Amino acid sequence: MLSLGGGGAKSTKPSFVSYVTPEVLSPRLDWEDFDEERNPVLKHTQDDLSQRGIFGTLLCTNFRVSFVSDETPLEEMTQHFKNKLYGENDIPLMCVDNIYGVYDEKKKLITKGMLKNKCPSKMIIHCKDLRVFQFCLTYTKEEDAKKIFQGIAHHCLEPKSLKCVFAFSYAASSSPEVQRSQRTVMFDSKEDWTQEMKRTKANLRIVGYNFWMKYGCAMFKASTLPVPQEDGLMQGYMERMLHAVAHTHLYSLKLEDLSETLPTIQDIQQSYNKFKQFFLIDNSTDFWVSDVKWFSTLENTGWLDIIRQCLQKAVEVVECLEKENTNVLIMEEEGSDLCCVISSLVQIMLDPHFRTLTGFQGLVQKEWVAGCHAFLDRCNHLYQKDKECHSPSPVFLLFLECVWQMVQQHSPAFQFSETYLTVLSDSIHVPIFSTFLFNSAYQRESTMKAEAQHLQRGPLNCPAVWDWSVQFDCKAQELFINPLYADKLKQDKAIRKVPRAKHQRQLSLPSSAFKTPPKKGFFKDETESLKKMLRVKRISRWMASPDSPAAATREFYETWQRRPLDYHGLLLPCLDGPAMRLWMQRYLRWIPEVQILGGGPVAITSMLAELLSQVQDLRRELDMRSCWETEAESLQLRPGPLALTRTSLRLSSSFPFASNRNWTFKPAIPTSLLQSLMVTDRLASQEDETNEVISLV
Amino acid sequence: MASAPIPAYNSSPLENSSSQNVSRENLKMEPLADVALLPGEERMIDKDVMYICPFNGALKGKVFITNFRLYFTHTDSTFTLDVPLSVISRIEKMGGASSRGENSYGLDITCKDMRNLRFALKQEGHSRRDIFGELFKYAFPLSHGLPLFAFLSQEKFEENGWNIYKPMDEFRRQGLPNERWRISFINSTYELCDTYPTILVVPFKATEEDLRRVATFRSRCRIPVLSWIHRENQAVIMRCSQPLVGMSGKRNKDDERYLDIIREANGTPKLTIYDARPNVNAVANKATGGGYEGEDAYQNAELVFLDIHNIHVMRESLKKLKDIVYPNVEESHWLSSLESTHWLEHIKLVLSGAIQVADKVSSGNSVVVHCSDGWDRTAQLTSLAMLMLDSYYRTLRGFQVLLEKEWISFGHKFASRIGHGDKNHADQDRSPIFLQFIDCVWQMTKQFPTAFEFNEHFLIVVLDHLYSCRFGTFLYNCESIRDSHNVRTKTVSLWSLINSSTTSYVNPFFTPESSRVLYPVASMRHLELWVNYYIRWNPRIRHQQSPVEQRYKELLALRDQYLKKLEELQLSDSTHMTNSSTPNAASPNQHITHLQTPF
Repeated sequence: MLSLGGGGAKSTKPSFVSYVTPEVLSPRLDWEDFDEERNPVLKHTQDDLSQRGIFGTLLCTNFRVSFVSDETPLEEMTQHFKNKLYGENDIPLMCVDNIYGVYDEKKKLITKGMLKNKCPSKMIIHCKDLRVFQFCLTYTKEEDAKKIFQGIAHHCLEPKSLKCVFAFSYAASSSPEVQRSQRTVMFDSKEDWTQEMKRTKANLRIVGYNFWMKYGCAMFKASTLPVPQEDGLMQGYMERMLHAVAHTHLYSLKLEDLSETLPTIQDIQQSYNKFKQFFLIDNSTDFWVSDVKWFSTLENTGWLDIIRQCLQKAVEVVECLEKENTNVLIMEEEGSDLCCVISSLVQIMLDPHFRTLTGFQGLVQKEWVAGCHAFLDRCNHLYQKDKECHSPSPVFLLFLECVWQMVQQHSPAFQFSETYLTVLSDSIHVPIFSTFLFNSAYQRESTMKAEAQHLQRGPLNCPAVWDWSVQFDCKAQELFINPLYADKLKQDKAIRKVPRAKHQRQLSLPSSAFKTPPKKGFFKDETESLKKMLRVKRISRWMASPDSPAAATREFYETWQRRPLDYHGLLLPCLDGPAMRLWMQRYLRWIPEVQILGGGPVAITSMLAELLSQVQDLRRELDMRSCWETEAESLQLRPGPLALTRTSLRLSSSFPFASNRNWTFKPAIPTSLLQSLMVTDRLASQEDETNEVISLV
Repeated sequence: MASAPIPAYNSSPLENSSSQNVSRENLKMEPLADVALLPGEERMIDKDVMYICPFNGALKGKVFITNFRLYFTHTDSTFTLDVPLSVISRIEKMGGASSRGENSYGLDITCKDMRNLRFALKQEGHSRRDIFGELFKYAFPLSHGLPLFAFLSQEKFEENGWNIYKPMDEFRRQGLPNERWRISFINSTYELCDTYPTILVVPFKATEEDLRRVATFRSRCRIPVLSWIHRENQAVIMRCSQPLVGMSGKRNKDDERYLDIIREANGTPKLTIYDARPNVNAVANKATGGGYEGEDAYQNAELVFLDIHNIHVMRESLKKLKDIVYPNVEESHWLSSLESTHWLEHIKLVLSGAIQVADKVSSGNSVVVHCSDGWDRTAQLTSLAMLMLDSYYRTLRGFQVLLEKEWISFGHKFASRIGHGDKNHADQDRSPIFLQFIDCVWQMTKQFPTAFEFNEHFLIVVLDHLYSCRFGTFLYNCESIRDSHNVRTKTVSLWSLINSSTTSYVNPFFTPESSRVLYPVASMRHLELWVNYYIRWNPRIRHQQSPVEQRYKELLALRDQYLKKLEELQLSDSTHMTNSSTPNAASPNQHITHLQTPF
């Protein structure tokens, strides 16, 4: 409903009440244990200021917090993007970000120590996928309310041990057949690496990288070796590699120390913490208040700037590889955070293979999983309070953000869609997938082995996140495909190839292969000696370039921009202020005030999908008549993603998320406008027509 | 019509040789082919200059001045500039004959369309004197007793754009007149209000005498008249100027009764009056005789202030915006710089005001909209609300009707706000009100990409010709002045250009949905800077066709190709069939043509 002016949002009376406890609690995963009892509570919907609620039952299992509505569920039609593991009213425990209690109209962050306190009248749960749940406990019996509140808080706020993560009970009870995703290269065997070497060699005509890659490969496997041997071993590798660079390569080497030029992982964490707060919105009043200074608020979090810096650095590295034929060695203290970000980005910019769905998944496997990014620590899955030694930081999310910026700017170059990236970012906090659960491949293997022994059964089978069928059915998975993706075939015809004699060596791989082991402190001491060695090789001139990197990369970008755009060639992001955008789908999808009903980009992508399936039908008909010559092969056809929207029901801009909400047809009218524009200028008080009041010179 | 037709492309530079120098230059003539002159356009002067491009550095080349445009071409023809002279708001000389430094002597030109041009000349023999003189003369013809180019143009188009808007047709489309609303010709000679159009729609119950009395109480006699009526619930949008309440709090029984008649027309219990101004400004207006509808005087009305600022605030805001986007985009603190211009906040306020108007009307309540004089903010609000409510205005021609009606005929002061052909660049009457409106429309097209028949290119072309003076559409302040200058007969309408070849202005995704009310989201989360307009001179901004659009068009072409092929196949099938047996029912179209030929 409409309400102008602030302060009108206090009415919290539900419009109707029903107290039927449902008999069947569905959907339920077989392997879940019910920890807490069902308790009738009221869930507030954010949809409008009247704060209508839905009565239902709140329960907590070892996997999730779940709210089961007493109302009959909405029709099937609106449910086409359903996650099989958890529904819209389910919160995987790992996905809980913060819990707030409302005591006498005051919102307080719940911490471990407050569990014994009085039960709050309202519980607000902020999720890591940016959903906000509000549960009113005042209609529940005091005891029950206390029980459920403490249960949820306990499960979400207590530090856990890795053993307790739900994935193991899931793995233990799920079907034993090998669910390995067939298409994604996992980079956990030597064959995968050899394959990749062959691929890059074949496509990019890279000479002399086998050497690098072999070491890279060996190094990753080395990290799974027992610790004591590691140092010596790695030391050896390091030296041999450097010699290899210096002697066998004609190219020079540039050393890029990321810890000197990019924000630290603590900066990243801090910035994101600030940033996300502005999307976890409790009510409409807060929304409009924060709308007033929206741009400066965004800027002050620094998050977009960190994304820009990462992309900028990646462009710099690409420039070295591409323009100057210089190898780049990127390094940082642990070599598995920003190194992963930058090297993955560089490869996406250089190699169109990594812009396909499977290629991208392979890249994440190669650079992040095999590259030993400490997912467990960085995502803080275990809720460790000891931040000193675990340093949680959304590094992987930062990478996805950077990729999203690229997808946004050069959509036809990517086979996967924005929705895919959003879902991937959500999946980080679903404790089922081995992909995001461990700090290293070594840890994964040893933990799995130990756990299997503990459970006294065969090898545990944790799916990789790339097994999308675990979460979504085929129809929903179609939304991962970008309907705009321009096929290689078509591109070749459309754009004549410009012979680039000088750029034939697209040196994409050394940066990725040259990784430091995950063990802490190792590289720190090494950096200095490395630098010394490099200086000896008389390539120190690369160390400190006098030109400002921004100006140099701008020129590089402009040169690139002047050439015809080839979606299957080198791809660079524009880094100008207006080009860096907010990932609206991820951050705004649950906020009712910003939903554009019947609008947003989905309005045209669904039309595109519709036309695509029409064309396919025609094509099929022609094929059936069999006298069709394949002259018009210009457009390679692919299964129509989004075709499931062909019912052409009115979609909201948050599609495919939050789709079963009843968005109001009433317009959202900004409140608190007056505060927004306090133009104190004397111009403001002036008359429109100057012949009436003349006050300006 | 204008004087004897001048053959196109005839303009011999020798005719107007302002100096020997110029004609000698022209003997070379080679870049002449570049400039395709408009019919009626004449070349005035050429000059070798250096264009100081903020993006590519100094470019040597030649500049041509005609009575319509400034055209610069780089010596190797890789770069050209084509600027209508009337887009220039200010020309300054930079440097003197003795100033030092490279390219320090020349001209600095400020344009109304978010760019500046800088030319450097040789520092000898007053080389810029003649070019400055010609530029100044033809960029500001009205200040030199010369006609605007629109009156010289001899362009011919298939369609006559002046026919796009016929007020009676438009009101008939809305279902007017009816038993509650009548057409009044009281203003047919502009005697009631010289800034209103001749045809007005007023309540049936109000007599001509009533209208005259109401006019005495409204600023500049701009009485409340109907802009739009909701077909189902008969709620109306009325527009007017502020009541002349003054310091003493004057009342006018006729005005009060008139508003009550409006309320009664569809049985609304309360009439909502939207005052576009901030409350304080409305109060301040009392000092100059204006004001707002007081609660006790207008008992059946509720008054809502929409907090939209005046033309001066908007002008300054755009100026700040230009500072951060031209020539270089502010890098380090883009978002906070953008915020500090307040441009998007003003857009938000205008949009949210229009949303409130549209929402009120679609829920069955009549509204009255005014600001001070009812030709700036009022035009923005009513036309945006109509765009939200009525899908007709979202078509290419419907939008033209909307502009002709709410902006041009109801006296938005284009001449004063834009300053066509006038040298007084610092005129306080200038303000980007219409640009702001088009920006709001663009924001809506962004949020509802399938709801509008026209595309972004169309909006940019409209804005370009807002300044160009090539067409008569946006000239002068109101209809009465336009009539006295015979604009309709002596100039060409912009819509002639547009409607003679519409393909490039059409949005391929347009899906007509007649009964749908569009409510854009007026939140900063969704509002964005119109980069393709405000930053379009920056080559770093890639101006590519949107990939979605490109892909869609490819698919459409492919579909047509398949359909054609299929038809051919069916045709050959059916001829096979007819040879052997009875015709196939699969191709009814073919049958009809076969059957029809004998008759």
